[in-house]
Amino acid sequence: MSDDGFASIEARLGLSRRTFLQFCAGMAATMGLPKSAEAAIANAIMAKRRPPVIWLHFAECTGCTESLLVSEHPTIDKLILEIISLDYHETLFAGAGHQADAARKASMEANKGKYVLVVEGAIPAKDNGIYCKVGGKTAVEILHECAKDAAAVIALGSCASWGGMPATGPNPTGCVGVSDLWHQLVVNIPGCPPNPYNFLSTVVHYITYGNLPALDKEGRPKFAYSRLVHENCERRPHFDAGRFAQEFGDSGHRSGWCLYKLGCKGPETYANCPSILFGDAGSGSWPVGTGHPCIGCTQKGIGFEKPIHALANIQFVTPPASYPRIVEQQGNGVTIASAAVVAGVAGLAIGASAAMASNLGKGSKPEDPADGEE
Amino acid sequence: MPLTRRNFIMRSASSGAAALCAVTAPSASAEVREEKTMPPKALGLLFDATLCIGCKSCVTACREANHTHPEFSTEDHLWDTPLDLSADTLTVIKAYSQGEGVNKDQEENGYEFIKKSCLHCVDPSCVSVCPVTAMTKDPDTGVVSYNPNNCIGCRYCVAACPFGVPRFEYKEAVPRLRKCELCKERRAVGEIPACAEVCPTGATLFGTVKELSAEAARRHQLTPGERTVFPRKTLEANDVHEKPAPHYVKETYGSTQVGGTQVQLLSGVPFDKLGYPDLPEKSFVSTSESIQHTIYKGMIAPAVLFGCFLLRTRRSAKHDENDDDDQQGGK
Repeated sequence: MSDDGFASIEARLGLSRRTFLQFCAGMAATMGLPKSAEAAIANAIMAKRRPPVIWLHFAECTGCTESLLVSEHPTIDKLILEIISLDYHETLFAGAGHQADAARKASMEANKGKYVLVVEGAIPAKDNGIYCKVGGKTAVEILHECAKDAAAVIALGSCASWGGMPATGPNPTGCVGVSDLWHQLVVNIPGCPPNPYNFLSTVVHYITYGNLPALDKEGRPKFAYSRLVHENCERRPHFDAGRFAQEFGDSGHRSGWCLYKLGCKGPETYANCPSILFGDAGSGSWPVGTGHPCIGCTQKGIGFEKPIHALANIQFVTPPASYPRIVEQQGNGVTIASAAVVAGVAGLAIGASAAMASNLGKGSKPEDPADGEE
Repeated sequence: MPLTRRNFIMRSASSGAAALCAVTAPSASAEVREEKTMPPKALGLLFDATLCIGCKSCVTACREANHTHPEFSTEDHLWDTPLDLSADTLTVIKAYSQGEGVNKDQEENGYEFIKKSCLHCVDPSCVSVCPVTAMTKDPDTGVVSYNPNNCIGCRYCVAACPFGVPRFEYKEAVPRLRKCELCKERRAVGEIPACAEVCPTGATLFGTVKELSAEAARRHQLTPGERTVFPRKTLEANDVHEKPAPHYVKETYGSTQVGGTQVQLLSGVPFDKLGYPDLPEKSFVSTSESIQHTIYKGMIAPAVLFGCFLLRTRRSAKHDENDDDDQQGGK
């Protein structure tokens, strides 16, 4: 990597060489890529090729954008605006109205087949999608228009991934996720909000290698969503030892015990929350760390569907921190009911055989005298 | 039938013949079944209870390797809690605790973890009692394996095993016997048994019985407290850790019991406290097979015995005819 390259990065992004390389290393680590990937990422970012991004907002709270804006290692707001060319984003756009819409169309035309489409929010599909319109067009129409020529479609947040909160019953507007309407490859980055580094890493992977990271069957990048929250949870030892908070604020809850009985969905939710945490604020900065059970926002069918305090189904049952004794009494012994049934059957059998025995030979008795006469 | 002189002599003769075949035949042709010896390339495990930390990773790894299901013995069904070996649990870690239960590897006020799984006997009872060839002992590795295609489900092996190892799938429609086969499938692809692979302290060690016995002997020689090196996985894996030597009871369980076993154990607590019973050195199989083989040698004893029965029956039949003749004569 040439010094000129670093100099241009410094000028373009306003970053020191050191901070820039730290960022590249951080991205590589998030994706679980080898050390050598740092150089590839640095080279890719230094190249002038900035992939254009069209960012759509539908039925949502803008939490995903907020989450991205407060990410800060290193000064991510700057990088997201400089590494990628953010050509359309309703929250961050300076322009408005027809001007903004014209910019989107111009970018899509100029970068046909090259831009990345990011969708934030669910799409109301009921009644021809009339419940969400931007610039006179329904969300469904805009999605199809933008996705048609996109190089990659990323559904950011639980809403865009599979409906999320707006799709919670009774779902009057018929909200659905992107993949329900766009039947080609969609990368889902679920979460409410999603961890910004999972999104950034996916984008950087795309910039560096020209393809998307490996996805699981729910369309989620495997580097972020291949392990259960339960597997890496800091409260896991309390689960294994059977130490559970019984209610909010009790002594177990205050002692940091396991939140399973308060409805924690960690045992059935795949996400890297306990590993990379949120907000760069140090340890414990994730829902379970602050004392609230995981609601399973990254898991289809769990977050926003299963009641928050309903118990999770254990996916991988493992041994507890207790042991059977050398000799263990097994079975429940004899219950009164089962003893009565057995006794009844035995009594019947005895009675029947006694009756049979007393009848034995009775049938042939009348013939005996005849035999004697002969 | 009145006891006449003639009857008395004939009865004495026939019962004498029966007694003769019962007593003299075995002693004349006694067939001693020698105890089997350790196959030269016998494979086994060495479990050192003083190294076990009770993490149960072997139990979890065994489940994965053998595709068994978790067992629940708590009300809420949250944890895999087998109480003993079963058709779904081929290895289990149990805990001994006495008094305050605070001192590891000590009998008084102490505790110890112990692994239960098939010991792969040198002269296995389960193989001897199997009326078909479902239970077999590999002549090379000595691993006792099970073939469900041959099994008739008689469960003699369940009754015969002195360690209570083979377990029957009572809940299955087409049941099998289940027991540890030293990870047959993993060994076929060059891997070591799952329990030895994952053990973080080397408490479960895989290797040939010859090497493992030498390692056990080395550990017995150590002075308690002396720093020494403990291997993990196998003796050759070059994956070791250092630790002060513990105080062992002066016995390697399985070195002599019932003719020896290929899985052997070391502990700081006497083995009878850990569910490993005091057993004779002679294998049960050598005794039972000696008796069986002697009785049936050349089928002589059964032939003589049945001959006697035949004679007696014929004679009784003759008597009946005589009796009838007597009655008719009387009329």
